[in-house]
Amino acid sequence: MNDVAMPAMMAAAHPKVVGDNPAAKLEIKDLRFFYGETMSLKGVSLNLAERKVTAFIGPSGCGKSTLLRVLNRMYDLYPHQRAEGEVLLDGENILTPGVDLNLLRARVGMVFQKPTPFPMTIYDNIAFGIQLYERVSRGEMNDRVEAALTRAALWGEVKDKLNASGLSLSGGQQQRLCIARTIAVKPEVVLLDEPCSALDPISTSKIEELIDELKAEYTIVIVTHNMQQAARVSDSTAFMYLGELIEFDDTDKIFTAPTDRRTQDYITGRFG
Amino acid sequence: MSEKHIVASFDDELNALAQKIAEMGGLAEQNVADAVAALVSRDVDKAQRVIAADERVDQLQHEIEEQSVLMIARRQPMARDLREIMAAIHIANDLERVGDLAKNTAKRVIAIDANFGSQRLVVGVEHMAELCLTQLKEILDAFASRDLAAARSVWERDNEIDAMYTSLFRELLTYMMEDPRNITFCTHLLFCAKNIERIGDHATNIAENLHYLITGQPLIEARPKQDTSSLTAVPYRQG
Repeated sequence: MNDVAMPAMMAAAHPKVVGDNPAAKLEIKDLRFFYGETMSLKGVSLNLAERKVTAFIGPSGCGKSTLLRVLNRMYDLYPHQRAEGEVLLDGENILTPGVDLNLLRARVGMVFQKPTPFPMTIYDNIAFGIQLYERVSRGEMNDRVEAALTRAALWGEVKDKLNASGLSLSGGQQQRLCIARTIAVKPEVVLLDEPCSALDPISTSKIEELIDELKAEYTIVIVTHNMQQAARVSDSTAFMYLGELIEFDDTDKIFTAPTDRRTQDYITGRFG
Repeated sequence: MSEKHIVASFDDELNALAQKIAEMGGLAEQNVADAVAALVSRDVDKAQRVIAADERVDQLQHEIEEQSVLMIARRQPMARDLREIMAAIHIANDLERVGDLAKNTAKRVIAIDANFGSQRLVVGVEHMAELCLTQLKEILDAFASRDLAAARSVWERDNEIDAMYTSLFRELLTYMMEDPRNITFCTHLLFCAKNIERIGDHATNIAENLHYLITGQPLIEARPKQDTSSLTAVPYRQG
């Protein structure tokens, strides 16, 4: 059924589409990535479905974070790093030189492993990003800040101290503040790079609950070392190893009956 | 299992689980063989021993279930490990039922002690039981060696038992019609035959679980059903 809904040409280029929603928000085609001379992504192709959660798993150094960093061209900040191939966001190649990176990063937001609130008030942490892209009235800004904090399940905990420093919050709250900051600019894709690795289990559950809610509106990509977390939150899972995409399938399939031996070995803890 | 886990104690636990299944399977198999032997020779003492021995089978099922739950909680198994543990729970369940059916057969041996029926009919049940025990033995061996082809062949052969049961059913009905004094004995024997036929069904359940364990795919092709006893009628001839 999925194949029928897709144009034949697309189907030929991207045979692997998982989940019941075949609409691809991001199409990655033969992506190669270089740190200087070292090729760290060796021709990766996959489609990320719209309003679904896709998890990237794999051992350290497999290229999953690199792949994530290509999706909003975070690597552009560093010299000697370059990407070849295509990454189509709604059909447009974001790797072409003319792309407006600020606009791209507004459309494709990112949350990092360690919470990185700006050294300013909780309110300004949210308002800052909005001001970069839009001109809004004071009243509207208040609404936007409240909406973002509410979406990030943080409003109740901070509504009485919006002028306190973002750094005064706990680790879990800081991470939710960063997620609020990301969604305040109304992105289309949210990239999460090990968002819970520095958090306690309760905060982790809150972030996971948030991911569940956010996927109604956003296309979410998460890199995680915690396989149980990938199993819990994602719709489809990509297993990467040594810069290659080994297996990409429905999360249910990957964690109960993966096809590739290397996937099986990795997720069952058999990797040497 | 293929390669070892990085955490060696996980392998130890999985091996211990598989060993318990093997032990349980061996016991259940023995109980079925003894129950049938008791039936053929009307050996009440032997039947009593089968009834008593079932307790250990039940206990093993509890242990396997408990160990599996603990492993799920502590290891959060994935992929084949998860299938391994789920299969253990299911197979232990099937073997526990096999033990119960052996026990029930043994109880009937005690009940029919005073009735003298035809040895010819008992031989029919014995034949069926032999086939059934072969199935049980082969599926337990297949489990021990993770042999997919053997699991499949057990699964495909269950219809032979079903066909035997249907013919035995017909034979017993005829016998009862011939002389009402046969009814008590034949009814008990019919239940014994049904028990054995069900043991065959449990062997195929185990085959299905083993197939899922090994391949990750359920075994869902249609298997021809040979047990047509529920549709079988023998015309009553007034004589």
